[in-house]
Amino acid sequence: MSTLLIIKTVLILIVFGITLGIAMYSTYLERKVAAFLQDRVGPDRAGPWGILQPLADGGKMFFKEDFIPQKSEKWLFILGPGIAMFVACMTSAVIPWGGNLTLFGETFKLQVANVDIGILYILGFLSIGVYGIMIGGWASNNKYSLYGAVRASSQMISYELAMGLSILAVIMTSGSLSLGDIVESQHGGQWNVFYQPLAFLLFIVCAFAECNRAPFDLAECETELIGGYHTEYSSMKLGFYLFAEYINMFISSAIISVLFFGGYNFPFMDDLGLSENAITLIGVMVFFAKITFFIFFFMWVRWTLPRFRYDQLMHLGWKTLIPLAILNLMGTGAWLIFKDQF
Amino acid sequence: MKSLTNRSKAVSNKKMSFLERIYLPAIIGGLFITLKHLFKRRATVKWPDEERPRSDVYRGRHVLKRDENGAERCTACGLCAVACPAEAITMTSMERKKGEEGLYREEKYASVYEINMLRCIFCGLCEEACPKEAIFLTKELVPTNYERENFIYGKDKLVEPVSKRVDVSKRQTLEVVSKKYNDR
Repeated sequence: MSTLLIIKTVLILIVFGITLGIAMYSTYLERKVAAFLQDRVGPDRAGPWGILQPLADGGKMFFKEDFIPQKSEKWLFILGPGIAMFVACMTSAVIPWGGNLTLFGETFKLQVANVDIGILYILGFLSIGVYGIMIGGWASNNKYSLYGAVRASSQMISYELAMGLSILAVIMTSGSLSLGDIVESQHGGQWNVFYQPLAFLLFIVCAFAECNRAPFDLAECETELIGGYHTEYSSMKLGFYLFAEYINMFISSAIISVLFFGGYNFPFMDDLGLSENAITLIGVMVFFAKITFFIFFFMWVRWTLPRFRYDQLMHLGWKTLIPLAILNLMGTGAWLIFKDQF
Repeated sequence: MKSLTNRSKAVSNKKMSFLERIYLPAIIGGLFITLKHLFKRRATVKWPDEERPRSDVYRGRHVLKRDENGAERCTACGLCAVACPAEAITMTSMERKKGEEGLYREEKYASVYEINMLRCIFCGLCEEACPKEAIFLTKELVPTNYERENFIYGKDKLVEPVSKRVDVSKRQTLEVVSKKYNDR
């Protein structure tokens, strides 16, 4: 029991570190990808190829003046970025990072908590994430911030519906709410993306909207709303908001890989004839390769598509994605019954 | 009306087809267009690590030439200052004393010669106006500075050192010189 406790603690620390590290380097990757897609070089002054750039950016954030507007709700103003960051870090707890690993005579799964309702847990925390933005925007006592917060939260709430409905179809086929079981059900190339392509499409669109990423980044638009909900924020509080966004992107990429691309499963994993530990380690690496690809995809889309108008955003969310998700759900249900009949 | 370039397209208000309305083919097409740029050559020149090659007749910062004996060619006639469209050149003339023949070629010389590099537009009209082949534009650039005063280049910066002659032969080819004298 105590070994398991130590192992889990170590795992939590590793996952936490990796999450922060990847979010940190996402900022670097974002700038590099943006530069490369626009035939530029990107940051290359700090260290070789500019790999120390995130440290320089972080240091800059720390040394900036931490300004709190006089007429703001001081405690809520401080709480806002805290909630955003806390929620972003919490979601990584239920993601299965790999298969079983045997160490010191103890077999355990590379997952911090294999709760039965993993996907509900993630959806729940996503909903709390709205509060970080809403509270921050409202407490700033600034019209631009409030308007940005209203935009961001109404967008997130609208797209959460379609997201939940598209996940339901996956849950119906795999028959479990636990992320570990969903990954196991995709073992051997049975990836959900082949069975639920429409759900995948809906989910990835909603994931973009949930992360407030382009083409759904209406919450922060210079010309209309200055910085959106974080207009009044400076120093590391601003850094927390921006960082939370990158962590959300990382977690979204992980969830997309888990739900639709088999998580740590990779083709021919049973035919290699390797020990379970080796397979698990390769699986972890494959999983991170998938995540990296989706992070790249997020950025790739950002520098390709222009953003929506707000009415188009709502139109897409309520009139297109939700009906499609419901249709997909009904189709999946009908197919499951039909399959059992014959 | 005939179009000038043959590239104009008539605007149509036709209804979009289903494929166009779901936008996905267009989005995927767009993604591949941006992906192609990942593998394109970067347009950036990392100055000052790298320098963009400049032509030999580039019009950069000026030089005041000396003649083959090392005497200054400028006689402070002021034609460059008159020709300058940006009014960047000022000078003060002085009479040559006895014993200074090795320093100045003619009886009159410029004791002060200043070009304000912030005003200068590097058009080269001073060079064209000069009857003594004294001022030339070179390949060198005017470096940045924090103070405005430092952009006013005096004789200390403009006159070429005897030990380090500046080659302006590329801007002094036979065609250029003969054109200059025929135009006059």
